[in-house]
Amino acid sequence: MENLTFDLAQTKVSALNSYLHRQSGESGGQKITVINPDGAHNIAVGLDSPVEVEVIGHAGYYAGGMNKTGKVIIKGSAGTGVGENMMSGVVHVQGFASNGAGASAHGGLLIIDGDAGLRCGISLKGGDIVVGGSVGSFSAFMAQAGRMVICGDAGDALGDSLYEAVLYVKGNIKSLGADAQIEALTDADISALTDLLQQSGLNHDPKSFKKVASRRELYHWNADANQEY
Amino acid sequence: MDAKTTQHTKHLSLEESYGYDRKTLDYIRKAAAHGLYEIRGMGAKRKLPNFDDLVFLGASMSRYALEGYREKCATKTILGTRFAKKPIELDIPITVAGMSFGALSANVKEALGRAASEVGTSTTTGDGGMTPEERQSSKTLVYQCLPSRYGFNPDDVRRADAIEVVIGQGAKPGGGGMLLGQKVSARVAGMRTLPAGVDQRSACRHPDWTGPDDLAIKIQELREMTDWEKPIYVKVGATRTFNDVKLAVHSGADVIVVDGMQGGTAATQTCFIEHIGIPTLAALRQAVDALEDLDMKGKVQLIISGGIRSGPDVAKALAMGADAVAIGQGVMIALGCNGDTYCQKGKHISALDDYAALGTAPGFCHHCHTGQCPVGITTQDEILEQRLEPAVGAKHLKNYLKTLNMELTTIARACGKQNVHHLEKEDLVALTLESAAMAGVPLAGTSWIPGGSGIR
Ligand code: SF4
Repeated sequence: MENLTFDLAQTKVSALNSYLHRQSGESGGQKITVINPDGAHNIAVGLDSPVEVEVIGHAGYYAGGMNKTGKVIIKGSAGTGVGENMMSGVVHVQGFASNGAGASAHGGLLIIDGDAGLRCGISLKGGDIVVGGSVGSFSAFMAQAGRMVICGDAGDALGDSLYEAVLYVKGNIKSLGADAQIEALTDADISALTDLLQQSGLNHDPKSFKKVASRRELYHWNADANQEY
Repeated sequence: MDAKTTQHTKHLSLEESYGYDRKTLDYIRKAAAHGLYEIRGMGAKRKLPNFDDLVFLGASMSRYALEGYREKCATKTILGTRFAKKPIELDIPITVAGMSFGALSANVKEALGRAASEVGTSTTTGDGGMTPEERQSSKTLVYQCLPSRYGFNPDDVRRADAIEVVIGQGAKPGGGGMLLGQKVSARVAGMRTLPAGVDQRSACRHPDWTGPDDLAIKIQELREMTDWEKPIYVKVGATRTFNDVKLAVHSGADVIVVDGMQGGTAATQTCFIEHIGIPTLAALRQAVDALEDLDMKGKVQLIISGGIRSGPDVAKALAMGADAVAIGQGVMIALGCNGDTYCQKGKHISALDDYAALGTAPGFCHHCHTGQCPVGITTQDEILEQRLEPAVGAKHLKNYLKTLNMELTTIARACGKQNVHHLEKEDLVALTLESAAMAGVPLAGTSWIPGGSGIR
């Protein structure tokens, strides 16, 4: 097991990424440390093996984007689209995340210790997102599948045009989006919450969360719905 | 005089209103009956200035023509030379436009791939991701990154030969995709992570970027992801094309695809298809102006689509400055769309009753949205999709693409060009004021370009 350091003050992001892309499952368990990220964009995008990348500092856009089986830990904050379209593996932001965190993620787990900006979990397609703080407006917009846990508050229009994704919110919801509704927690929800909170290293009472899911009234065209699409 | 005779002799006043013609009456009645706008497939049906309004001057005293059958005329086309380590090399400048599995059946996707590979060109995926059949049958496959990101998979990004970031489509600039429930079969639903049978309305904006500066970073992500190997295309629906093309260049695109308002769709509101966007002719000229303005002509390649039907259309598009064209509807028509019959084991079978069941007839059909395509092209129905046999479809499409290419080289030789990419605007004149103004070429027999050049 090697431990390699990439200093982005000296090396280009491309060199880091192409090195990461050359890693295969067999060499697994390798750990890469990235120093001086200085907000660079596209750090550790397109991972395709179980490497672990630790970023010491702030990352720019799309950190850990399209991740498959890798683990990306950001010891700082992340820009727009962190963990976007990830398929599996883990992306963990220990600071705050900007807009569109976890957008269209198909799988894997995105953990954000702090707050997330607008549109967190937009178009979510099966991934899990756990936010220790609050999320901005339009979060989980058109989310199709997967789960989102929000330990703080949610902004306006949470879960607008939701499909089958499920959201759990501990704090206040400023407003729900079209076709989203609050539902009672089931035993399955409690165990899902317990599991996700535990995986994220967060300590909250699962019973203190509200569940938001789709009313499924926008699934079909309806002439009487008065343009509420 | 009995009543019957009166009826025959009485003069009927049948003055039709221009504003309230039968089409409009029909539209108002339908709106009143349903309380919902019409949704349909294909592209704009209204009369628009198009490539038919241009003609080539050809060689004569001052230009040397080439022998049609003997002298070589190159058609090789290279796309993505700006940044990509592995640009796309095509044998002909005629590509197959992005059409989704979902809109089209898996059989059709396979037929497209087979035919394109045989003539040496590319096909493009669509909303809903890449099917294994498609990857296997198509030698050069362009993978779309759409606002919906349905089925968007990094493995497919790696498997693709080029990536196309779709901002918009000519049939519906500013609108997302649409697939009505009857086409959201179990397989389609699974690929798109949707419950089967929902009326799917895709996002109209990308989830993880919001403007040209963000797009530049998104494009970089796709490059990083693929180690800078694959060309990145950016596709826009034709609206503010001059500015859009400039912004796409600034965002770092290798190739720009401009889709004019005649471009087709599998399903969209008619008001979108007919009333949003500008004609392909005008969009092409604006796109070329923008590239020239930035001194990027030939460095960033331009693909034009939206109503390209024939070899002359391709030749005119190239002469106006496009590097290649993309064809959607023409490809479908080659496969049998709007035809009277479909072919099963070598026999032609009438589809007239099935058109009638949809309330239409061959020549008028735009019912792709219903999923009940009478000739088995735009369907997910297990029985209907059998009507298009991949081998038959591939043969027809190959013939069509070959014909277009032969016409293209015929025209190029007549204009004295050894390479179709040497066709130039000076080879063209316009037959109408509108087309002259839009295309920026002189009205035939004059040196007059209405509106001057470079009007945006
Ligand atoms: S024949 Fe099929 S593909 Fe053609 S317009 Fe009709 S439904 Fe669409």
